[in-house]
Amino acid sequence: MRPFDYFRATATGDAAMASGQIIAGGTNLLDLMKIQVVNPETLVDITRIEGLSEIVCHGDGLRIGALVTNTALAHDTRVRAGWPLLSRAILAGASAQIRNKATTGGNLLQRTRCPYFYDTSQPCNKRTPGEGCAAQGGSGRMLAIFGTSEHCLAAHPSDMAVALTALQAEVEIRARKGDLRRIPIQQLYREPGDRPDRDTVLEAGDIITAVILPAPLIGSRQVYRKVRDRASYAFGLVSVAAAIEMEGDTIMRAHLSYGSVAPHPWTDDAVAEMLEGQAASDALFANVADALISEGAPHPDTEYKRTLLRRTFIATLRQLTVLADRSGTDIARTQA
Amino acid sequence: MKTILTVNGKQHEVGHDSRRTLLDTLRDDLGLQGTKKGCDHGQCGACTVLLNGERVNSCLCLTAMHEGDEITTIEGIGSPERLSALQKAFVEKDGYQCGYCTPGQIMSATAMLKEISEGAPSYVSDDLGAPHLSDEEMAERMSGNLCRCSAYPLIREAIAMAAEVKK
Repeated sequence: MRPFDYFRATATGDAAMASGQIIAGGTNLLDLMKIQVVNPETLVDITRIEGLSEIVCHGDGLRIGALVTNTALAHDTRVRAGWPLLSRAILAGASAQIRNKATTGGNLLQRTRCPYFYDTSQPCNKRTPGEGCAAQGGSGRMLAIFGTSEHCLAAHPSDMAVALTALQAEVEIRARKGDLRRIPIQQLYREPGDRPDRDTVLEAGDIITAVILPAPLIGSRQVYRKVRDRASYAFGLVSVAAAIEMEGDTIMRAHLSYGSVAPHPWTDDAVAEMLEGQAASDALFANVADALISEGAPHPDTEYKRTLLRRTFIATLRQLTVLADRSGTDIARTQA
Repeated sequence: MKTILTVNGKQHEVGHDSRRTLLDTLRDDLGLQGTKKGCDHGQCGACTVLLNGERVNSCLCLTAMHEGDEITTIEGIGSPERLSALQKAFVEKDGYQCGYCTPGQIMSATAMLKEISEGAPSYVSDDLGAPHLSDEEMAERMSGNLCRCSAYPLIREAIAMAAEVKK
């Protein structure tokens, strides 16, 4: 690590005014600082700020403070009952040790695990804009297949954010001067374009203060299906987050998002439209899956992800509807 | 800079650079070398300690951020004369080969048994309900602790044995 000044913030205003790198759980940032990919001059510790570590009712939904740990969020009895997809996705990520430290805000802002981003001997536009992208023509089976640009092929690694996207969560952001704004989680992330170094729309002085979950999709069946190189403690190759509302055999609403395939949790409105109002069938799922992966992969090493996503999508929908064994599928229950 | 920590019930004031990790503070400043440095990047779990009762990777903790916190290391849960139930079970079941990952395994398992008793779900828990200590649950819950000798089956047997003793 390069030397830095340490500053402990006691209020969100303190943290916003300090021109430094914010640290909370630190499970990704310290890793990046150790290998000198991120080299802050000032580190602003926000973990002692009060009021950011609670999960409270917010209308029929929940307001999750930015410092709520991944463990606390996944284990919360309200989340398990009303938004089981979120608990499953969080528990699919990292290890128990890391989830005990990692925070809700930090999980959203974690950086890609593209190996070239981590390798300072290789050019990377996400590290240094304009430097070039070593993944182009390099080795790249973990890269994205959707939403990339010629300047960056990196995938977003979060599981939690994929579930939050399917559940249409919002992110609460406090600006430097104290104004609060709320945006849908999909609008938090930028397309890489020619500035892949800017992962999100956050401006200097902005802090994520909370994530807002809308009312639970009562009676929906929910599943987070993650495919990875080993059974546990590995980043995803592809994942599907799905909450399906049915009447009889008919799919009424489909809330879907896909992980590890794009620079942010991926969504495709056309897919939901093709499913809604239709009776669940293998033929339907095959057609919709073909539409989902209709674009070609931008890197030859990720061509397999198209096939894997297609199969994972079909398996997930079979599991959630009437076509397959439903074990591991959770049902959003009515709130007490 | 200076930070006050309580380690294994004893308060310490340590002077350190802002870059100091909790792992290096424990090993190099406080001489508690039971906690091991494996990867130093949160991937192996050899440095697992309890932070205010919860398991964390001490290599991913900055000492400066833990003013006033309570840390428990392998030295704090038992001694050669008075082994903890898990330490005894690891000896009994031969739950290691080289032994380097063992302190991390035992600290992690110490927390894991508490988590199960509190009803915490894992990715493999059916409908996120009350978990039981199956082999599958143990494998999932201990996945943050690697054993390059691959003593996993015996590690799980040792944990199951200690869990029985605790009942």
